[in-house]
Amino acid sequence: MLWSGFLRTIPVSLEQGLAYALVALGIVITFRVLAFPDLTVDGSFPLGAAVTARLMTLNVDPLLSIIVAIIAGFLAGCCTGFLNTRLKINSLLSGILMMTILYSVNLRIMGRSNIQLLTVNTFLTPLENLDVNRFIPMISFFLVVSFGFKFLTDLFLHTQKGLAMRATGDNEQMIRTLGVNTDNMTILGLGISNAFVALSGALVAQDQGFADVGMGIGMIVIGLASIIIGESLVGVRSGKKGVMRLTIAAIVGSVAYKFIIAVGLRMGLAPTDLKMATGVMVILALGIPALKSEKEGKLHLRGV
Amino acid sequence: MVRLEGLRKVFKRGTIDEKMAMDGLSLHIHAGDFVTVIGSNGAGKTTMLNLISGTYAPDEGEVFIDGDKVTHLQEHRRAIYLGRIFQDPLMGTASAMTIEENLAMADLRGRRRGLGWGVNKARRNHYRDILKMLDLGLEDRLKDSVSLLSGGQRQSLTLLMATLSMPKLLLLDEHTAALDPKTADLVMQLTEKIVAENKLTTIMVTHNMNQAIKYGNVMIMLHEGKLKFDAQGDAKQALTVEEVVKRFGADLKDEALLC
Repeated sequence: MLWSGFLRTIPVSLEQGLAYALVALGIVITFRVLAFPDLTVDGSFPLGAAVTARLMTLNVDPLLSIIVAIIAGFLAGCCTGFLNTRLKINSLLSGILMMTILYSVNLRIMGRSNIQLLTVNTFLTPLENLDVNRFIPMISFFLVVSFGFKFLTDLFLHTQKGLAMRATGDNEQMIRTLGVNTDNMTILGLGISNAFVALSGALVAQDQGFADVGMGIGMIVIGLASIIIGESLVGVRSGKKGVMRLTIAAIVGSVAYKFIIAVGLRMGLAPTDLKMATGVMVILALGIPALKSEKEGKLHLRGV
Repeated sequence: MVRLEGLRKVFKRGTIDEKMAMDGLSLHIHAGDFVTVIGSNGAGKTTMLNLISGTYAPDEGEVFIDGDKVTHLQEHRRAIYLGRIFQDPLMGTASAMTIEENLAMADLRGRRRGLGWGVNKARRNHYRDILKMLDLGLEDRLKDSVSLLSGGQRQSLTLLMATLSMPKLLLLDEHTAALDPKTADLVMQLTEKIVAENKLTTIMVTHNMNQAIKYGNVMIMLHEGKLKFDAQGDAKQALTVEEVVKRFGADLKDEALLC
């Protein structure tokens, strides 16, 4: 009985985990590649959802609305980068400022606090109308999208520009003496990261059939939990770093996170306690190694 | 090649900690010169390098490299002119990245970085060849992360990286000071070899008077942000540690210098 319950959570976790994988992938770029603790995510996720939802209610093509959402996310990330590099505002504060500003922006975009999309045809409607269990096309779709962007990220991080971006997170002084404008690298990286996050927000809105101004709350902690879980599952911590390992960890971790949460809910975790549970999960993951080895429980902000 | 004119730099101006780090320094370095720089702590040696490389701009004075005025050019825009190695072996390389990735980044010093492959397959053989020159076995470890290397290996790699794209000017900021004596010796020999083979204009700051006298064709001594002494050519070759200590011992409070 219990087993069949667990089994039933698998397709849901897969679909949701893969849909949110782009958030984790975005956080990998900021936290891991650039070593920049970017909190814009809480605002850029609903930004993507708000843009796509509003445009669709205006009868804009769903795919076009997604592309606009990606651009909006990119610009939001660039703004955070601008605050940090040009106006010299602390990185955490830059993210918090943008996150707060985006809350108002998102309300402006939507014109109200949430938009229902149940009656409009979304980008995913053709998939939902296929004559099979809806999980099959959905999971396949999100699988292709998340792995597609993972692959693109891997490729990019091995280009000349990508190497310069990784070095910006690893040893900023060194890559600057080699002639790279590290400020621009930071801005570009934050832009790409938040473009991924906004895309995820747009797809989740289309999948769930609504956009809500509050849907990004705690997204950064969820994303962090995902990459921490993913990294321990694929063994990033064991010394082998490598870009491809980190990006696969983001996807694996995102799915694993949703699965853990689904199981938790089945076992009686109150949905209202979800964010607390996620926060505790991150605290334990960061804190236990620190207690064990008395080393600093650092978030491994680092370049790769 | 490098011309410094009346450089002045004050740190923490207007505070109780105000410090005149560079007090009207003028210096002319010719192409192909290997200049060693000595001076006690706070003499302005590192400040001079920072002003040349653009870490910060001077309050007064001008910096020319290769005839171009670069006084206010940002650090990353000066990369095309110069390679720099710091005392800390960790500072010259990106530790989580591989040996070949580090070399590939240095290969593009000062140039536009596009979306082509970071590590060019054609250049990989070249990297292998120049790593062989180090004789540290690194040629077989192209895909190893730099974090696996020792301090000496990292500093040798940094030296290769700094000279890979043939900068007009090489700045060495006590680059052997953090290494054990034997490794320091190896890195220093390698430095001399690379500098001589490529006729690089070099400025080497050092704490070690023996080193300053043994290497290079020009030696200068800084004191309180000013040029205290300089010796060139034959006069430089004839210098001995004893002589310098006798003349300037009072200004060279630094014990490290005297050994």
